Amino acid sequence: MKIAEDKLTADHAATAPLQQLVRDFGDAILAQQETCDGIPTVWVDRSRVKSMLRVLRDETSPRFEMLFDITAIDERLRCHREGQPDSEFTMVYHLMSFSGNCDFRLKVPLMDNDLNTPTVIDLWPSANWYEREVWDMFGINIEGHPNLYRIMLPPTWEGHALRKEHPARATEMEPFSMDDEQLDYEQEALKFKPEEWGMKRESENSEFMFLNLGPNHPSVHGAFRIALQLDGEILVDAVPDIGYHHRGAEKMGERQTWHTFIPYTDRIDYLGGVLNNLPYVMAVEKMAGIKVPERVKVIRIMLSEMFRICSHLLFYGTFAQDVGQLSPIFYMFVERERIFNIIESICGARMHPGWFRIGGVAQDLPNGWEKRIAELLDFMPARLDEYDTMVMKNGILKRRTQGVGVYNTEEAFAWGVTGAGLRATGFEWDFRKQRPYSGYENFEFDVPIAINGDSYDRCAIRVEEMRQSLRIIKQCLDNMPSGEYKSDHPLTTPPRKENTMQDIETLISHFLSVSWGPVIPANEVTVAVEATKGINSYYLISDGTTNSYRTRIRTPSFPHLQMIPEISKGFMVSDLIAIIASIDFVMADVDR
Amino acid sequence: MTFEVGSGLSIGAILVTVIIVAAMLIWVERRLLSLWQERLGPNRVGYFGLLQVVADMIKIFTKEDWIPPFADKFSFVLAPGIIMGVILLSFSVIPFAPGVGVVDSNIGVLFILAMASLGAYSVMLGGLSSNNKYALLGALRATAQMISYEVFMGISMLGVVALTGSFNLREIVLAQSDGWYVIPQFVGFVIFLIAGIAESHRLPFDIPEAEQEICSGYHTEYSGMKFGMFFVGEYLGLVLIASLITVLFFGGWLGPAFLPPIVWFSIKVFGFIAFFILLRAAVPRPRYDQLMSYGWLFLLPVSLINLLVTGAIILSIQ
Repeated sequence: MKIAEDKLTADHAATAPLQQLVRDFGDAILAQQETCDGIPTVWVDRSRVKSMLRVLRDETSPRFEMLFDITAIDERLRCHREGQPDSEFTMVYHLMSFSGNCDFRLKVPLMDNDLNTPTVIDLWPSANWYEREVWDMFGINIEGHPNLYRIMLPPTWEGHALRKEHPARATEMEPFSMDDEQLDYEQEALKFKPEEWGMKRESENSEFMFLNLGPNHPSVHGAFRIALQLDGEILVDAVPDIGYHHRGAEKMGERQTWHTFIPYTDRIDYLGGVLNNLPYVMAVEKMAGIKVPERVKVIRIMLSEMFRICSHLLFYGTFAQDVGQLSPIFYMFVERERIFNIIESICGARMHPGWFRIGGVAQDLPNGWEKRIAELLDFMPARLDEYDTMVMKNGILKRRTQGVGVYNTEEAFAWGVTGAGLRATGFEWDFRKQRPYSGYENFEFDVPIAINGDSYDRCAIRVEEMRQSLRIIKQCLDNMPSGEYKSDHPLTTPPRKENTMQDIETLISHFLSVSWGPVIPANEVTVAVEATKGINSYYLISDGTTNSYRTRIRTPSFPHLQMIPEISKGFMVSDLIAIIASIDFVMADVDR
Repeated sequence: MTFEVGSGLSIGAILVTVIIVAAMLIWVERRLLSLWQERLGPNRVGYFGLLQVVADMIKIFTKEDWIPPFADKFSFVLAPGIIMGVILLSFSVIPFAPGVGVVDSNIGVLFILAMASLGAYSVMLGGLSSNNKYALLGALRATAQMISYEVFMGISMLGVVALTGSFNLREIVLAQSDGWYVIPQFVGFVIFLIAGIAESHRLPFDIPEAEQEICSGYHTEYSGMKFGMFFVGEYLGLVLIASLITVLFFGGWLGPAFLPPIVWFSIKVFGFIAFFILLRAAVPRPRYDQLMSYGWLFLLPVSLINLLVTGAIILSIQ
């Protein structure tokens, strides 16, 4: 079966819902926008957005089960808005259909003097955090939102960071200082007040204990805080608090050139390495119209899968550690170390190589790479089997994790769960299979699924995924195409050196490309990949300049964390730790 | 002054040895764990890192002795003292070798059980007086766990007591010259082993101080030497449990004559300590309620049946 190259959406599937919307809503549709990713993009007035979202969720064929993302755009400085309705701030709703394997984008124009839009939490509970983020970053008021507090920035922050007038660098702001008074004020603001979250301090029979788990706690995997309402050791409710790892990656995306943003992407999911580069460079390539050589695709896949194994190994070890098994993490770090050594010999760096480039990769594979990859394929399978005996078949571990933190496929859709968390509910959906990118359609691998949707299953799936990744790497090794490691498209960055000295035109374009960076044609694009933790997507808007006008990074861990209270109610503190461990998140991936 | 049970020399030697062994266990445990976990462990200070313990001790002695302002000072200071005290006192009835011991008590077994019960006060007071929620959770778990597992520990020892007809630990050892009690009392041994680990709250039963869940449990707020006392107290407890298993089920100092009795005793004790450390490296931690129901629904009936069967056999032989 031949599948179209780099296909993000099955266009035909999304046209039916579009036609239905046009029929049902007619004049409410302000405009239809063309984007180069082919996702139908419809502008609609805020008074109708909710009913339209409801129709898309329930009535169209195919249905759009998941609210993939909500974000906003500050349009005030944007030049290229041909065919789009007047808007100073635009709300963007990105929906995803699993049954139809397609996407849909709704845009709502808002004016600066009336920044209000209704909440959609009653349609998708996952909208809660996304809407809080929009309020936090853009100052768009979400009418009817129950907890419209800041989510990324501290509660005392002034201004909205992703607005264009907000400075992107600390040097553009007043020097930072904090006196005692300010310190007390900040600390008071961080205090957890149960009443704000509609929690009672006592029930009829008992007084609740409010336990502040984090931001520094051994098993929250970074700086993550979760306030627990406990009845004895039973969890009544919980409020996750994120933002401690927020570094403004999206703001940096608007500041850096297309090329110089690549190393920042490595640090989004900091265990994913080059797997983070992939959606970003593919998105830029799509806007630039670059077709990368076959060899590049296979190299990219090979390194991505190596990073997937690294990330899963770390997950595997910490998962065992969080249920009290001390040793696996050490064994898995040994393996991880060996894989990093191989990655280092290819990329020159270990965890964050930033090695993919717009239109290719940084260098060709070094001499003798085959030997090192063969080494990896040689030692890994036996070790994975050993870990199965040690961890997955352990009776205590099974009793600790089976039946803990269960959710089904419907709930996974409602909360925006993707990746292994979704597959653990018995729903077979892998981005690499359903919408192959970068040539995944040429590889043979299976998508493991489980049926119970509990913590144990989420781990079991990742274990099997490591084996599948090894299969893919094996195929990369056996079938590495010869050819160039970089496209000869003029927007390839850095451009190919060998033509530089040929004539003045190539010299000039080379000079501009490495000094200013490439100018990417004005367009919008969303590119998603199956990252280590779920679906990771980059929504890039180019305004025809050397840097991105808006960089939206939709990370899988963000909605996954939001779900924690929902799936851990009624369990004990120890179970909560097992649930947190099974989700597999890193805070940099949540906070960006 | 001669070297006999109860002499000053004997008491002094036992006290010093036991504390030094407990402190050295910190190094032993770290080295053994790293051996089993494909890494090196502390190997920089002194030969094979042997002086690591000394470095740790210097650090812990010179650290600021901080008592949190919100803690209840009296019981906060008392708690680590209790655990050190009761475990050291427990050693007084252990027969290390012929002529080596502190007292030859006729109620040795009962004394051990009494001291173990008092040990629960240490973790409870430590957790409560810290006035910290994690410490409170740890203290709750510890108290429940220690009180429950004392029951099974006591019952599992009774089989041995019935066979010997004495509560005197020295007589229990001597009664094993024909054969170790681990054979007739295998069930009792297993239960005692499990209960012993639970009493000394080490992985897999380190629920009161489960780092991944409640930070450090009852000693979260402790630092400096007071933390050091909890820490060494835990290793003392480990040595005590290993010694008790040796005495009750593995014939104490008894062994072929080519080695002196005290060496046989040490070898056996070290074997069990190494086993405990291996256990820590291998097994995950059950949940608090799983541990409790395992104890009351499984260990209790099994230990009772073991006791009844032992009694019936003894009576039928007589």
